[in-house]
Amino acid sequence: MTSDSPAQALAAGRAKAPPPASARPGRPGRRNREWVHGLLMSAPALAGLIAFVGVPFGYAVVLSLYNVRLGSPLPPSFFGLEQYRRLFTDPDLSGPFLRALLNNLVFAAVVVPVQTALALGLAVLLNRTLKAIGFFRSLFFMPVVFPMALVAVVWRLILARSDQGMLNSVLHHLSLGHWGAHDWLGSAATAMVSVIALSIWQGVGFQMVILLAGLQQIPAELHEAAQLDRAGRWQRFCHVTLPGIRGTLVFVALLTSVLSFRVFDQVYILIRGGGLNEDATHTVMYEAVTTAFDRNDIGQAAAVTVVFFLIVVVLTLLQRRFVRPDPED
Amino acid sequence: MTRTPLRRTLDYLVLSVLAFIFVLPALYLFLGSFKPSDQVLSGLSGFLPTHLTLHNYRAVLAALDSDSTGYFWHFMGVSLLLAAVVVLGGLVVNSMAAYGLTRLRWRGSSALFALILLLMLVPFEAVAVPLFYLLNGARNTLAVQAVPFVANAFSIYQFATFFRALPVSIEEAARIDGAGPWRTFFAVVIPMSRPVFASVAILTFLTQWGSFLWPVLMVSDPSERPLPLELSVFQGQQPPDWGQILAFGVLLVLPVLIVFAFFQRWFVQGVAGSAVKG
Repeated sequence: MTSDSPAQALAAGRAKAPPPASARPGRPGRRNREWVHGLLMSAPALAGLIAFVGVPFGYAVVLSLYNVRLGSPLPPSFFGLEQYRRLFTDPDLSGPFLRALLNNLVFAAVVVPVQTALALGLAVLLNRTLKAIGFFRSLFFMPVVFPMALVAVVWRLILARSDQGMLNSVLHHLSLGHWGAHDWLGSAATAMVSVIALSIWQGVGFQMVILLAGLQQIPAELHEAAQLDRAGRWQRFCHVTLPGIRGTLVFVALLTSVLSFRVFDQVYILIRGGGLNEDATHTVMYEAVTTAFDRNDIGQAAAVTVVFFLIVVVLTLLQRRFVRPDPED
Repeated sequence: MTRTPLRRTLDYLVLSVLAFIFVLPALYLFLGSFKPSDQVLSGLSGFLPTHLTLHNYRAVLAALDSDSTGYFWHFMGVSLLLAAVVVLGGLVVNSMAAYGLTRLRWRGSSALFALILLLMLVPFEAVAVPLFYLLNGARNTLAVQAVPFVANAFSIYQFATFFRALPVSIEEAARIDGAGPWRTFFAVVIPMSRPVFASVAILTFLTQWGSFLWPVLMVSDPSERPLPLELSVFQGQQPPDWGQILAFGVLLVLPVLIVFAFFQRWFVQGVAGSAVKG
């Protein structure tokens, strides 16, 4: 439905172009027509966004107030806040959901500081003029282009539970034969750590690039002045580098926290086909998808979605607040 | 900054060691894809480049070559087609919207732009469930996989940020010469805006190529399945054939790696630029 409107808009634009040319400068007259062109130009994108973001988002709120099941012969019935009550207090349903919230919190609580610190370390290491520095930067950025589905599969092998798994066999050699086979993905104790490790591997390059751009905006004179004052490397890091990228750092941390609530792909793939411990790792989005897709319970899944969205909005608003001290744009 | 040769060597050493550890999983993927399946999962010797063959690649193509399993080149075709529609359609639609809303001045334009910034807050995950319900009748089609992702609030925002930094004088000159807003946009503004088109295209391509959540919900038919979803199906087979799975993985990541190798500058600028502006 949106696909044919650009063509219409184009045609309309052409048809409208000749007349104003007759009245040469024609400033005021043309300004008045500006809204027609502006609206036509933005119509396809606006229609798409309203149809596929705005409407479904509002609909999620509505659906969460109903008892709606996919493929059910019964018509949807108004449910009030029952779905939310169930999510948080019903013993059968709230267990998995609250666990998913907790898992997401744990994931975020580890990934945000660890990944940000790693990215900062890499960015500082890579922010220098060495030969082949571009090559190193691309190496660290490369996993970002890997689809998460593939990352999950590769790490499934690295973390394989047999003594032939990569990590197990490295530990076996390092411990001089004392390390046996460990089921990294299946054991409740290490399942989350495994998911965190592979997620950081894939994502850290992204944060690194952002921080690198921030580092490069710090004027070199500041570092030179600090050096003249005989500040050591660590002192320069604390008093020049860190204050210089404070804003970027906060942005990266909050961006990572939003992203860590959106985690789904790797968890889904590894639970479904990789023997990942479901209880210890399933996320809020995983809960939403299984509720909607496997149990056909659209109303319940919509309620999960709404809770998910509220968390993301709070994080995003925090981000805006911290990152933009200047009100301009 | 002045550096002694010793320092420089140390820098290289630290970087090389870190880079090596970091690259290991990718190395494992590429090496394993060329090794016989029973030697992929075999401890540290999985890293030894021995017995390299192209067998796995041939085997994947042979294994995915029937109506019940689907055809490998069909999965690849679906992924490429979806990426082409989402990226190219997105460039046209979103750049036009950004221009119409931020460079043409009319009543309501800034309110509509504010609405787009608001919609930028809504991650796809927040609308996946209602969209799944609304579009259930269109499951297993290509259109339902592509059309919802053409209009993109974040792309509009990126375009708008770039257009706003362009000098107004050039557009005004074009307008005085009698060019309407459409000609001004297509003949004057677009040629000046290659960097933003490149970085938006690359970011969109990257996201679309790896897209997984939506296909999981909407696609079950092998003939409409994009590559990442098929990889998740293929790796779930029992017993898993690791050589073939890794070969499949390499074929999945190769197109993005090629794009990355050629357009790296735009990748990095797109990512970094999106952040510096917040």
